[in-house]
Amino acid sequence: MNISNLFKIAWKAILLNKTRTMLTMLGIIIGVASVIAMLAIGEGSKESIKKNISSMGANMITIRPGAGMMGGVRTSDQTSMQSLKLSDYAAIKEQSVLIKNVSPLVNGSGQVISGAYNWPTSIYGASPEYLSIREWNVESGVIFDQSDVNSYAKVAVIGKTIQENLFPNGEDPIGKSIRFNSIPFKIIGVLTEKGENTFGQDQDDIIIAPYTTIQKRILAQNYLQSIVASALSEDQAERAVNEITAILEKTHNIDPSEDNDFNVSSQQEIINTFSSTSEMLTVLLVAIAGISLLVGGIGIMNIMYVSVKERTKEIGLRMAIGAKGKFILMQFLIESVLISVTGGLLGVLLGLITTFIISTFLGWPVSITSFSIILSFIVCTITGVFFGWYPARKASASDPITALRYE
Amino acid sequence: MDKPIIKITELTREFRMGDETVRALRGTDLTISPGEFVTIMGTSGSGKSTLLNILGCLDKPTSGIYELDGISVKNLTKDELAEIRNTKIGFIFQSYNLLARTSAIENVELPLLYNSKESAAERKERAAEALKKVGMESRMYHIPSQLSGGQQQRVAIARSLVNNPVILLADEATGNLDTRTSYEVMQLFQELNDNGITIGFVTHETDIAQFSKRTVVLRDGLITEDKNITERFIAIEELKKLPKTS
Ligand SMILES: Nc1ncnc2c1ncn2[C@@H]1O[C@H](COP(=O)(O)OP(=O)(O)O)[C@@H](O)[C@H]1O
Ligand SMILES: [Mg+2]
Repeated sequence: MNISNLFKIAWKAILLNKTRTMLTMLGIIIGVASVIAMLAIGEGSKESIKKNISSMGANMITIRPGAGMMGGVRTSDQTSMQSLKLSDYAAIKEQSVLIKNVSPLVNGSGQVISGAYNWPTSIYGASPEYLSIREWNVESGVIFDQSDVNSYAKVAVIGKTIQENLFPNGEDPIGKSIRFNSIPFKIIGVLTEKGENTFGQDQDDIIIAPYTTIQKRILAQNYLQSIVASALSEDQAERAVNEITAILEKTHNIDPSEDNDFNVSSQQEIINTFSSTSEMLTVLLVAIAGISLLVGGIGIMNIMYVSVKERTKEIGLRMAIGAKGKFILMQFLIESVLISVTGGLLGVLLGLITTFIISTFLGWPVSITSFSIILSFIVCTITGVFFGWYPARKASASDPITALRYE
Repeated sequence: MDKPIIKITELTREFRMGDETVRALRGTDLTISPGEFVTIMGTSGSGKSTLLNILGCLDKPTSGIYELDGISVKNLTKDELAEIRNTKIGFIFQSYNLLARTSAIENVELPLLYNSKESAAERKERAAEALKKVGMESRMYHIPSQLSGGQQQRVAIARSLVNNPVILLADEATGNLDTRTSYEVMQLFQELNDNGITIGFVTHETDIAQFSKRTVVLRDGLITEDKNITERFIAIEELKKLPKTS
């Protein structure tokens, strides 16, 4: 007996029951397709979050006031929110060897006015290094320099959205004056357009000016909302985080038993936070899809079981003319594996098409990994063997005479 | 005399039904030699099918000895029995037992799929040859539902022949057929026997038994009569005697 004969026998049986086989397959097809589509959506959103956060500057390190993060939310009271000072910025700048650039950051929101036009927005106060930390550039004009910082200069770099709303007629904004909360600023540069970030914020709706100017003239505060820095390289980011933490613990005189009143995090940690959220979502989606695959598997078992019952006489005949029990077992096992593997292949195809439709028509980020295809394929084959085994086993244990008498 | 194909001694077969025991065979002796054409006769329930199933290795005796073609069947495993059924025995059933929606040639091929190492082409050839022997060469690609009862039984006989078995065993092979068709099938069996094939044939109809060479009568699980047929029917002649319209 060779195995190809058994394949032939099983294949013939499948062909004799085309409609029923197709319906059985449908369960597997839908199961596999949804696993693939769900994994593609989950994987895609994870990648897009990662890409977006990295595009904010892969080496970026953020120092915020207040104690640690709790599920992405800072848990702090009013005074601890004011714990970062310019002296911290100076200490980091002076002592840290693992960072390339560092900038203090203060921000306020208000109304910006130019002639007859006005626009509600945020203004950021930073050092000239801020743009290189964020990996931002000016499209026209220049960035303010250290002497502007020292002289509390009322100069600003604006984002594209500000330009479009304050100068809708296309005139060159460089050299023009705008007023933010009634303080006049001279525009010296326009930032390159960046679009929205992962969280839907318009990154071009921004004004950046020297931090000294903003602290003194707009906010009248002596603390910083945050300090941002860039590590020498992405690999050094974690070490830089530790270095900065150590520096600040010293300048803040924090006892080892106390909680820090600041928080240093690298971009990687932010990525991890969001990735783990999207990972949870992926697990959930795949679990649901997995259940539909399981239901598909039970469908196979059901059909194989009915098929064995219905073909009892046929099994009896096959045994009477010399089929051994194991051949009958193999025949039914091959049948169920053929159904599940064929269903799996069609499911992969449908999954790819669905994913393509989702990304094309809904514009969702998707990413198909060979892992997801291999995984669902293996699951499919196992499903076929697992759910085909019991009915096949039952068939092979038949007694030929009893089976032949079955009506 | 040739070495017997079938030799049974003191064969019994009991069925347990709860605490009741049905003794279907109660010590049967029978020898069938090559070239014989034996009918096993008896009323319904006399044990004919039980005996034939044991002869066909579909069932095992409760006690006694059974030697088929020199092999003692008693201690063989299920798989070994399956192999014997496949290579040494051609079994023919009352209800044909062809696979539905499957062509005649594929039905005939079936036993070959379970053992030989022949190629698909060789299998086809042997199946076609067997169909030719039973006069069905023009219906090779018909499926059972497109064939009459007699034709289906011919296909079933072709299937039993395809592995060149040492004996054909038929259980009421003409039981579902009208007289004319039955006689035509008996004509085929006579032809096959004339060509040297050994046949064991179960029936309860006396006229059918007249076509064979020897009759064994079973009664309540015991052989009560074993005689050679003296006035043997020749199928071609008997067919001529039948009214034309039947
Ligand atoms: N599987 C079985 N279980 C119980 N009793 C059986 C079984 N097969 C046959 N018998 C009994 O054995 C006896 C002989 O049956 P069988 O060989 O089928 O008779 P025949 O074929 O001559 O009509 C009957 O009494 C029948 O009821
Ligand atoms: Mg019977």
